[in-house]
Amino acid sequence: MTTLERAYRDERGRVLASLIGFLGDFDLAEEATQEAFAAAAERWPRDGVPGSPGNWLVTTARRRAIDRLRRERVGAEKVRRLASEASDAASVGTDVEEDAMEAATVFPDERLELLFTCCHPALALDAQVALTLRTLGGLTTREIAAAFLVAEPTMSQRLVRAKRKIKAAAIPFRVPPDHLLPERLAAVLAVVYLIFNRGYGGREDLAAEALQLARALAELMPDEPEAHGLLALMLLHHARREARFRDGEIVLLDEQDPRLWDEGEIAAGRDELDRALALRGQGPYVVQAAIASLHVSRPRDWRQIAALYGKLGRLTGSPVVELNRAVAVAEADGPEAGLALCDGLELDGYHYLHSTRAELLRRLGRDREAAAAFGRALELVEDEAERRLLEGRLQNLQPDLME
Amino acid sequence: MKYMLLIHQGTTPLPGTPEWDELSAEEQGAVYAAYQEINQDPRIVSGERMQEPETATTVRVADGQTLTTDGPFAETKEALGGYFFLEADDLDAAIETAAKVPAARFGGAVEVRPLVAG
Repeated sequence: MTTLERAYRDERGRVLASLIGFLGDFDLAEEATQEAFAAAAERWPRDGVPGSPGNWLVTTARRRAIDRLRRERVGAEKVRRLASEASDAASVGTDVEEDAMEAATVFPDERLELLFTCCHPALALDAQVALTLRTLGGLTTREIAAAFLVAEPTMSQRLVRAKRKIKAAAIPFRVPPDHLLPERLAAVLAVVYLIFNRGYGGREDLAAEALQLARALAELMPDEPEAHGLLALMLLHHARREARFRDGEIVLLDEQDPRLWDEGEIAAGRDELDRALALRGQGPYVVQAAIASLHVSRPRDWRQIAALYGKLGRLTGSPVVELNRAVAVAEADGPEAGLALCDGLELDGYHYLHSTRAELLRRLGRDREAAAAFGRALELVEDEAERRLLEGRLQNLQPDLME
Repeated sequence: MKYMLLIHQGTTPLPGTPEWDELSAEEQGAVYAAYQEINQDPRIVSGERMQEPETATTVRVADGQTLTTDGPFAETKEALGGYFFLEADDLDAAIETAAKVPAARFGGAVEVRPLVAG
């Protein structure tokens, strides 16, 4: 990887965030950032790499943006204000050669401000995800469209609309004040986790992108336990990615080969979890990360897992969490106890409820009821790999039923 | 940044209706207090007070013919019940003010609409 490629990977998000903060305009900031990298491609090989590539890029991008505004004769007042801010910040006049701008000032990292802007609840969730991937992830519109299975013009329009709304409605570029932070941080974490789960289903590049975002978030909010909790959760899931599929078929956690797990990532995930716990984190991501950590321990402590699902259920009020608790209780106290918990759940349209019941009924030797439950799960399942898994389970039952 | 806040009453109980009388004195007081707070906010320019949506007439023109119908354009419960203008720093500040409008928590909603500058 060349210095420029590395700078693009490491600095692009920062440079763009800084420019959006400076200009208050996403499109102009994107263009100026591209131009700054183009300038770097031309000059660095000739003149050498500047001491601080990031600052060089920000300074250059700012100047390019101001030049462009001048050319386009955008309100003289605005140009004057930006030019004066730029020279204040970098202690150089705008006519000075880029090389002379070996910036004395370190530009603050404004990626967090950008992330909170992109994940503002006044934008539709789809738009939040797309905008985050576009700006901080650096994905192209085409790549985002492919990941979300929509046509490129549709995605392009979604991005244009979101950027227009940010400007028109004055969605602020900042980390929200304390009284808004818990709710708004939850939205940011949800977007990052959504991107990860999209990727976890197969798009490895998206999962990697989400991990990058989560790492940045944990780094930018070092005192926020949920940021570490989310990173821990994602690392602990990601560590098992090689073991989750065998020949294109899903392998259940119980049947996964732990030798395929990424020990380094598990250790990194546990480090993050420890950090979150040291910060007294008890939020939903921290609890889920603690559960994920127990799931990759052998032997598994099912009683502890059940207790944590209980805690998570109280935090989220989600019947899906309660279903997971039922599975853990079945392991700890026997299938009968798990089944009793399943029966109280209002999840009739959820195939996992039926496949879980089926599995517990099978263990109790109630094969006929188990087959009926597998049948119901098969009616509801959409994913092909999951369908094959369920069909396999059902077929394993059938011979007994024939007798 | 200037915003228009459009108040959709929804099922919000209005003074003088049986639903209003069912509210406790404390709840009624809270509604009055909220409106007082809004009226005293120096960033707010109040709109005129509107009569009930039932008193509205909706006008359309088709093929040069003026067609009038009785009632508001939207369903009565979604109809506009009032509006005001707000000068706020950004959308977060406008949302905070919108959330204080009683209709927002009584089954109605407040639409926050940025105005064209100039």
